[in-house]
Amino acid sequence: MSYSVTIFILILPLTVFVLNGLLSNKLSHRLAGWLATGSMGIATVLAWLTAYNYFFQSSSYEKLIPFQITWLRFTETLQIDMGILLDPISVMMLVVITTVSLMVFLYSMGYMQGEKGFIRYFSFLSLFSFSMLGLVVATNLFQLYMFWELVGVSSYLLIGYYYDKPEAVAAAKKAFIVTRFADFGFLVGILLLSYYTGTFDFTKITNPENAAIAGMTGISFMGLSVLTLALTLIFMGGAGKSAMFPLHIWLPDAMEGPTPVSALIHAATMVVAGVFLVARMFPVFSFHAPEALDAVAFIGAFTLLFAAIIACTQTDIKRILAFSTMSQIGYMMLALGVSGYGSEGLGFTASMFHLFTHAFFKALLFLGAGSIIHALHKNDIREMGNLRKHQPITHIVFLIACLAIAGIPPFAGFFSKDEILSAAFASNPIYFGIAALAAGLTAFYMFRLYFLVFWGNERTYEHSPHESPVLMLIPMIVLAIGSIFTGFIPFGNFVSSDSQPLQAHLNVTVAIISVMMAILGITVAWIFYKKESLLPEKISNMSGALYHTVVRKFYIDEIYLFITRKIIFNLISRPIAWFDRHIIDAFMDFTATATNWVSKEIKGLQSGQLQHYGYIFLSGVILIVLVMIFTNT
Amino acid sequence: MMEHVPISHVLMVTSTMFFIGAYGFLTRRNLVTMLIGVELMLNAVNINFVIFDRYLYPDQIEGHFFALFIIAIAAAEAAVAIAIFINLYRNIRSIDVEKVDNMKY
Amino acid sequence: MATSAIIFYTISGVMILFSLLAVTSRRILRAAIYLLFALAGTAALYFMVDYQFLAAVQLIVYAGGIVVLIIFSVLLTTHINEKLEKPTWGKVFITATLALGGLVLTLFILTNHEFVLGTKPSAEATVSVIGERLLGYQAGGYVLPFEVISILLLAAMIGAIVIAKRNATKS
Repeated sequence: MSYSVTIFILILPLTVFVLNGLLSNKLSHRLAGWLATGSMGIATVLAWLTAYNYFFQSSSYEKLIPFQITWLRFTETLQIDMGILLDPISVMMLVVITTVSLMVFLYSMGYMQGEKGFIRYFSFLSLFSFSMLGLVVATNLFQLYMFWELVGVSSYLLIGYYYDKPEAVAAAKKAFIVTRFADFGFLVGILLLSYYTGTFDFTKITNPENAAIAGMTGISFMGLSVLTLALTLIFMGGAGKSAMFPLHIWLPDAMEGPTPVSALIHAATMVVAGVFLVARMFPVFSFHAPEALDAVAFIGAFTLLFAAIIACTQTDIKRILAFSTMSQIGYMMLALGVSGYGSEGLGFTASMFHLFTHAFFKALLFLGAGSIIHALHKNDIREMGNLRKHQPITHIVFLIACLAIAGIPPFAGFFSKDEILSAAFASNPIYFGIAALAAGLTAFYMFRLYFLVFWGNERTYEHSPHESPVLMLIPMIVLAIGSIFTGFIPFGNFVSSDSQPLQAHLNVTVAIISVMMAILGITVAWIFYKKESLLPEKISNMSGALYHTVVRKFYIDEIYLFITRKIIFNLISRPIAWFDRHIIDAFMDFTATATNWVSKEIKGLQSGQLQHYGYIFLSGVILIVLVMIFTNT
Repeated sequence: MMEHVPISHVLMVTSTMFFIGAYGFLTRRNLVTMLIGVELMLNAVNINFVIFDRYLYPDQIEGHFFALFIIAIAAAEAAVAIAIFINLYRNIRSIDVEKVDNMKY
Repeated sequence: MATSAIIFYTISGVMILFSLLAVTSRRILRAAIYLLFALAGTAALYFMVDYQFLAAVQLIVYAGGIVVLIIFSVLLTTHINEKLEKPTWGKVFITATLALGGLVLTLFILTNHEFVLGTKPSAEATVSVIGERLLGYQAGGYVLPFEVISILLLAAMIGAIVIAKRNATKS
């Protein structure tokens, strides 16, 4: 099978976006929904076929470019192409994105039924799928940046889907502005890199023998080599999109969007774009800018612990899951940061493996939360309880997902998290300690959520909660199967830093430590939350101010507001606005007023008085005669 | 008969009469008195033609005909002007030139 | 001084005096009469240069026709006894400046120009000569302007009647 069918994986969602967008008044909801889901289904099949061909039919995993056109040519050497690049990580991402998208599309047909903007929702969702797919198959940095921005736009449109809720609008703006700010660093990094290397192309940049890249390490600026600077800036863009500290503030607020959107965008696909970016540029990071890689690892580890601590105190079900996502992406960044190259590239493989499995169980967690919210119409877990009697299937799949994320064998999360912990253990004991501690915290807060929602005392609900419809259950069941079995894939055979198969061995010490931490976390949660008890409240009251700080997410949002309002607005924006209004506008107004005044004065010449015309006539004649006499003789 | 009067003197006289006519045209408010100024100007110009002809080209009498035609035209123009004044007076009951100012900004 | 010079200076003085009075008089009728005298002075000047026909035409058309027309229009449009207003000082100032300026300029040019007087003997402007020239086809004949003037006079007559007649429906 020729690889040129991969272009259809991109074209199908784009076509659905255009059709649903333009014909939204003419299509029925059923038709639009099935159109979107059907084409995503075809795209998924194509992606799986491509993956099968790539990984099983060819012997070596090299970069293939089945499609490329030149879009903009700046000079003979510098140009922007549009194309499709197939290499292990992009094929893997194609599979992940299409599969999870298909599940979310199917689920949304049930979840969003009856909404007025149903067709608009599917149109934007298809746009997002197209953008994300284009991002992962980008052949060069600029194409990646373009699709990066497109993904940001789709996210904005979908977070602000309930546009008459002011919180949703504010959250959409916040997400877009924070990621845009990060993208500014990204763009500067791209420009720096391409200025010195003369190209945007990935195959040229990530070639380990590229001389231009090596040359960049020699040039230094403010103590750092230009290459390190460029890569750190590129990582800044990735950190914004992946909600790493301190650019994480948008992700909890992004939960204002519909829950399937949160499942697709803010759990499985868009937020891992930053991880994908670092993985894509990994040879450059690893060979020429190890300091940038250290920064990646540090930020990843910090966010990992930071988000896990905050998640323990939150009460909104979706926000707990948002901080959990932040924490798991921290794991992925940490794994990339500590990774070597080639045979020492366990971190790289572990990170990609965790990305793969995380997509499944996090999407499942969000879809389950959506099922709960759909039944109860509320988000606060303190108002939920004993739901396992009412929603048995949701209960089972949610439990599977919680076990997977906690890292209990034989579920998927165990294997991927174990590889990350091994990689961290091999490089730096502190990082290993942080990762292990966070594993315990992960288990604790996930099972806190589980017990509070599905066990405990029955609450009074307005209408008795029922199990979700079939369209919502099937995707959850499929994802649950994925969460159970994807752990057994020998990922190192397919995806590794240098495209050679990597054998990953089970480090028994690390495995036992991680399982112990997980069981410890589950036990604590069992004690606190399985039955109603006052123990959690006593502990939170004892910690007092510390507890409050954590609940308020360490006041990061307040710090940002302070900086923007008091400092930037007052010291920079206000003087500039004053200048614009009083000097530039005033100058324009002055020219207009002057013109008006002159015209009013001239107007008097047309007075209609015969004798005035006579004056002008006579004086003109005298003048002409004078001129003629004194210049022509 | 005018051998002893230098031409420049005569031309000075006519110029004076011309500019007096111009002064009258531009100063007066009544349309009829403005017409008087116009007639003075035409008259001065007539004399000019005759004098130039008589002093500079005495063997030709072109100036005679010029002056004749100018008199004819001046008469026609005065007649039409008076007709206009009468029509104007019928419409606005006044022949003050400052009241005739509709064609303004 | 030769008699002709004395006569000339007298006539010109009279002309200028009466034209000044015509433009500054505050009674319309008096202005019209002063104009009449100025025109009569002009006719006298024509007599002095032996253009008798022209002088006669001047007296008949100008003095007899136009001045009478002016007086008729005065009678039709204003109250005769009403005194005309004095013009404002601004107007007087500007106009006097302009007129004086123009006059000075013209006099300057006149006095600095060398007029080449003709030396040939003067031609007779008898009525028969005038008649032959007016209706003559040869070079120097004025039949075309004559015909054009007659059409002009016709048009002026018709125009004057049309403009000045009352409308059919009284407004």
